[in-house]
Amino acid sequence: MDYAATGQEALSRIAEASDLETLEALRVEFLGKQGSISGLLKTLGKLDPEERKVEGPKIHALRESVSDALAARKDVLETAALNARLASETIDLSLPAPEAPRGTVHPISQVMDEIAEIFADLGFSVATGPEIEDDWHNFTALNMPESHPARAMHDTFYFPDRDAQNREMLLRTHTSPVQMRTMLKDGAPLRIIAPGRVYRSDSDATHTPMFHQVEGLVIDKDVHLGHLKWTLETFLKAFFEREDIVLRLRPSYFPFTEPSVEADIGFTLIDGKRVIGGDPSKGEGGWMEVLGSGMVNRRVIEFAGLDPNEWQGFAFGIGIDRLAMLKYGMDDLRAFFDGDVRWLSHYGFSALDVPTLSGGVGTPA
Amino acid sequence: MKFSLSWLKQYLETDASLEDIALKLNAIGLEVEGIEDPAAKLAGFRVAKVLTADKHPQADKLQVLTVDTGEGVLQVVCGAPNARAGLVGVLGLAGATVPANGMVLKVAAVRGVESNGMMCSTRELELGDDHDGIIELPEDAPVGTPFADYHGADPVIEVAITPNRPDCMGVYGIARDLAAAGLGTLKPIEVLDIAGSFPCPVEVRTDDAEGCPAFYGRVIKGVKNGPSPQWLQDRLKSAGQRPISALVDATNYLMLAYGRPAHAYDLAKLSGGVVARRAKDGETVVALNEKTYTLDAEMTVIADDSGVHDIAGIMGGEHSGCGDETTDVLLEIAYFDPERIAKTGRKLNLTSDARSRFERGIDPNFLDTGLDHLTQLIQTLCGGEASQAVRSGAAPATPKIVHFDPALTEKLGGVRIEEAEQQRILESLGFSVVAEQANFDKSWAVTVPGWRPDVDGAPDIVEEVVRIHGLDKVTSVALPRADGVARPTATPTQALERRVRRAAAARGLHEAVTWSFLPSAEADAFADGNALWSLANPISEDMKVMRPSLLPGLLMAAKRNLDRGASSLRLFELGRRYLRGEGGASDERLALGFVLAGEKVSRGWATGKATVFDAYDAKAEVTALLAEAGAPVEKLQVMGVDDSGHGPQFHPGQSATLRLGPKNVLARFGMLHPTVAKQFDIEGPVAIAEIYLDAIPGKKSAATFARTRYAPPALQAVTRDFAFLVPVEQAAGDLVRMVAGADKANIVSARLFDDFRGQGVPEGQKSLALEVTLQPLEKSYKEEDLKAISAKVTAAAAKLGAVLRT
Repeated sequence: MDYAATGQEALSRIAEASDLETLEALRVEFLGKQGSISGLLKTLGKLDPEERKVEGPKIHALRESVSDALAARKDVLETAALNARLASETIDLSLPAPEAPRGTVHPISQVMDEIAEIFADLGFSVATGPEIEDDWHNFTALNMPESHPARAMHDTFYFPDRDAQNREMLLRTHTSPVQMRTMLKDGAPLRIIAPGRVYRSDSDATHTPMFHQVEGLVIDKDVHLGHLKWTLETFLKAFFEREDIVLRLRPSYFPFTEPSVEADIGFTLIDGKRVIGGDPSKGEGGWMEVLGSGMVNRRVIEFAGLDPNEWQGFAFGIGIDRLAMLKYGMDDLRAFFDGDVRWLSHYGFSALDVPTLSGGVGTPA
Repeated sequence: MKFSLSWLKQYLETDASLEDIALKLNAIGLEVEGIEDPAAKLAGFRVAKVLTADKHPQADKLQVLTVDTGEGVLQVVCGAPNARAGLVGVLGLAGATVPANGMVLKVAAVRGVESNGMMCSTRELELGDDHDGIIELPEDAPVGTPFADYHGADPVIEVAITPNRPDCMGVYGIARDLAAAGLGTLKPIEVLDIAGSFPCPVEVRTDDAEGCPAFYGRVIKGVKNGPSPQWLQDRLKSAGQRPISALVDATNYLMLAYGRPAHAYDLAKLSGGVVARRAKDGETVVALNEKTYTLDAEMTVIADDSGVHDIAGIMGGEHSGCGDETTDVLLEIAYFDPERIAKTGRKLNLTSDARSRFERGIDPNFLDTGLDHLTQLIQTLCGGEASQAVRSGAAPATPKIVHFDPALTEKLGGVRIEEAEQQRILESLGFSVVAEQANFDKSWAVTVPGWRPDVDGAPDIVEEVVRIHGLDKVTSVALPRADGVARPTATPTQALERRVRRAAAARGLHEAVTWSFLPSAEADAFADGNALWSLANPISEDMKVMRPSLLPGLLMAAKRNLDRGASSLRLFELGRRYLRGEGGASDERLALGFVLAGEKVSRGWATGKATVFDAYDAKAEVTALLAEAGAPVEKLQVMGVDDSGHGPQFHPGQSATLRLGPKNVLARFGMLHPTVAKQFDIEGPVAIAEIYLDAIPGKKSAATFARTRYAPPALQAVTRDFAFLVPVEQAAGDLVRMVAGADKANIVSARLFDDFRGQGVPEGQKSLALEVTLQPLEKSYKEEDLKAISAKVTAAAAKLGAVLRT
C-alpha cells in the first residue's frame, strides 16, 4: 500500500481545512474509530510478525504525521478565531472611565493638623474647651475684671443666660479660657496648644464674626521671654518651611500676660506678591502682625490655683485662618465659611495629604 | 492717638528723623498705624514769582504768565483772577500730583498755548477752602524753595495706644517714653501756680466721694470766645479733632497734650452751686452729641440747682456748654473713679475721648497743674480774669510702691541688663528707685508715678525695663526637649475626629466649615426638642441661634451651591452641636453631618440618564464612616427616626437611625422631608445624615498593637442560598440578623441579594433571598451536616414568620 500517497492526500486536505468543524470531520475520517488510518492500524494484527515489522512503523509514522498536522492546523485555526474575536471586541478607550467623586479636607482642618504636628514635636499636647463660655473663664480669670476696658475691645457676643454660679454666658472671644481650664485640671508643668473656634462681633472685608485661633501655653519653673521667642520662631519656620523667617517682637498689652509681646513676621515682595520670609529691614517688603503673646500674668497663675513664685510661663495666640491664608494664598477670609464647592475643590486638600514631620507638614501647590 | 511731629517736639528735644521716631515708637510698644507726611504730598510744588501776565490770545478768562521758578523761567497758563505780574505764589511743576484731586501735572497746550505747570490755590493743595484765586505769598518768600519747606509741612504720626497706657493718650506721655528710649530729652512740665485775683464765685463740691473723690474748679471772668488761632487749630486737626471755639479747643488741647480731660461751663447758664453727685434714677440729660440719656443712681453726674449738666467724666451737657456769647466760664477738673466711668459708659453705650482716658485711669497728681495750664491757655486765647481755685475732696494720691528684684528681669525677660541701666530706664520713665537693705534679699522699692495706673507688680517693672531696653535684644533660647522622639499628643477624640474627617474626604465628600450660628427658623427646624442657645446681641438675625445640628448650615450651603449652578453636591462638616448642659453650662457635642444633593452620577455614555441620591447612598456613607470611627457596625440596629419624638426633618418612610442598643443613637440618615426642603428653598431630592461622634463608645482597654490571633482556615468555605417569603412590612435587616445568628459555629456571614415582589409571590408578601456562607473548621461538611445547618436557618427565620420558598 502506498502510505506516502495516502499521507500526502491527508496532509493536504488538513492544510486546506478552513475551519474547526472541517478539521474535526477530517480527524474523524482519519483517526476516528472508523477512520481510514485507524483501519490501517487494525490490519496490523492480521499480519505475520515479519510483515508487521516492516508495515507497523510505516503505519504508525503515517498516523503520527496526520495527528501532528491536525494539532498544528487546529492551533492555527484557533489562533485565527481568537484573533478575529478579539478584533471584534475592540473598544474606544478614549471614552471616559466611570467617575469617582473626589473629596477634600478644609484648609482650616488641614492647617490645624499641621500645627498639631509641629507642636507635638515640641512636646505640646492638644487641649480643648467649650466655645460657649462663662465670663469668669473668658475674662475675670484672665485678669479682666468686669470694668476692664479690654473687655469692651473684645466685641463679645453674649447670651441672656447665666450659669448656676450666676456667671454671664458668652461666646469665647479667644482660646485663652482653655489655658485656665487646663491649668485648673492638670496643674503644672504644662505644654499645650488649644485650637478652635472663637467669636467676635465684628464683620467686614477682613473680619468674620467667627474665626479660628490656636492658643499655646507653657508653664514651668524657668521659662522666660527667650523661650517664647524661640518657640514662635521655631514654629513659624517649621510651618512655612523656610529658614529665613524673621520675627519682630513689639511690646504690647494683654491683661493676661505681663510682659506682653506682639509678633510681626517679615515678608518680601516678589512680583508684587507678599511672600513670607526675608528681612524687610534689608530690602523691599514689610511686617505682618501674626500673633499676640507674653509671659503669663501672675494673677492668672494664681487664679489657676498655682503658686506664681514657683511657676511661670508663656502663652500665645495665633489666628489660624490668617496663617492658612498666608501659607496657601487665599485672599478672602469670608470664602472660608461659604461652603462653595468650587472654592473647596481648589483650596481644599486631599485626604492623603496627612501632615507628617517625615513627609513635610505642608502640601506643595 | 494722632499728633503732629512739631507737637511732639514741643516736649521732646530731639534730632531724630521721622523714620527713626517711627521705628522707636514701634520698638517700645506704641504701634505706628500710619504716618501722614504732607511734605510728600507737596513734592513738586515750589515758591515761584510771576514775572509777566498777558491775556490769552484765545480765551478771555485765561492769562499767559511767565514765571520765575528759581531755576529758570517757564510759561504757564492760568485762569485765576488774581494772577498778576509781581505775585509770589506756588507753582506745581510737570510731574507733581495735585493733592486735592490726584491729577498729575504735565506739559500741555491750553487753548493752543503751551503751559508748563499750574499756579495753585489753597484748596488744590488741601491747605484751606479758598479757591477764588491762587495763593499769594509774602513778596519776600524765597523763589525756588520747595513749598513744603517754606510752608513748614508738619508730618502727623498715628499710634495705637494699648488700654494700659492712659499716659500715652497725651502727646507728653509719648514724648516721655521716647526720651526714656534714648531718642531725646524730655522737657519738664512747667508748674505755673496761678493764684487768681478773687475768690471763686460759685460753690464747687463733690457729694459723691466714691465716684468723684476730687472736684477742682475755677472761674475766669470776662473772656472773649471765638475761633482759635491757627497754631491751635493745626494742632487739633493733626490729632483728628475739629476746632470748635477757643474755650472748647483749650480743654481739648489739655486732654490731647497731657491726657487730662477737663470741662468748661458757661457760668451764665448755671444756677447755684455745682456739685458732683449720683444721678437720681430716671433723671435725664441732653449731652453734647444732642442725644438724651436716662441716668440711674449708679452714675456720677455734675449738676446744679436746675439739674444735671454733665455725665461725669464722659460727656458734657448741651445746655451749659460754651458758645460765642460766653463771657464767664467755670473750669472743671476732677478725678473720677475709673470703674464707675467704665460701667456708666457701657450702660449708656456712650464712648468719648474723656471716657477712654478716665476709665483707664488718669494721673491723680495732675489736677492743680492741669487746671493752671488750662487757665493760662484760656487767658492767652480769650483774655479774662481768673479766680482762685476751689478744691473739693482729694484724689487718691498715695503712690504705689512695688518691691522689685532686678534679677527678675533676666529670670522672666530672658535678657541680662545691668542694674544701673535698669535704674536709669525706670527713672527716665518717672519711677523712683530706692535700694532696700532687707535681710540678704537684694530688692528695690520702686515708686510708680501717678500716670502709670497699669503698673502694680514686679513683672510690670520687668516689662518697662525690657520694653525700653529693646525686645530685639532678647535672644532665643530653645525649650528643653524630652528624651527620645516626640510622643503622640492627640487625645482619642482628636484622633477620631482626624480619622473620620479624612475618611469622608476620601469617600468623595467636601469638607465645609459653616457658621456656628443660624437664623432662628432654620435652627428651630432641627431643634428636636432641645432648648437652644440664642445670642442677646447677634450681629444679624441670620446669625442668632447656636446650631443644634450641623445639617441646617450644610443645607444653607447646599442651597447657595445649587443656586450657583452646582449639579452635584457632596458636602460634610465635622464640628460641634451646641446643646444645654448641667448647671447652665453648654453641652457641646462633636458630630459629622453631610448633605448629598443633585446628581449622584451625571448622565454618561455607559450609564445613561443621570441618577440622583437616595437614602441608601446616605446609609452607605454613614456605615462606612462609622466603621472608620471604630463603631461596631455589625451590631448596629436600624430603627426609625421618630420613635423618640425626633426627626421631623426626615422623610418618614425613607429615614432611619443606627443604634447601639435601643437608646444610643449613633447616627441618623435618610431623605430630607419635602416640607423642610421647601423651608430651605431646595428643590430635588436631598439625602442627609448626621453621625454623633460623641455617642460612639471608646475603646475600653489601653491600646495594644497585637491583634487577635488569626490563620485562614485550611478548608474551603461553602455557600448556600435561601429564599424566604415574609410579610412586606418585615424589615429585611432583621431576617439577615436572625439567619446570621442561627448557627454561630458554622455561619460566618449572611448576605441579602434579592428582594422580589410580584409574580409568584402572594399579595402582601415579598421574597427575600440570602446567600449564607459556611466555614468548615476541622473537616469538610457531609450532607447531613448541611441539612442540619439548613434546618437551623429555616427555624431561625421562622421565628420572624418567614417561610422557606420551595
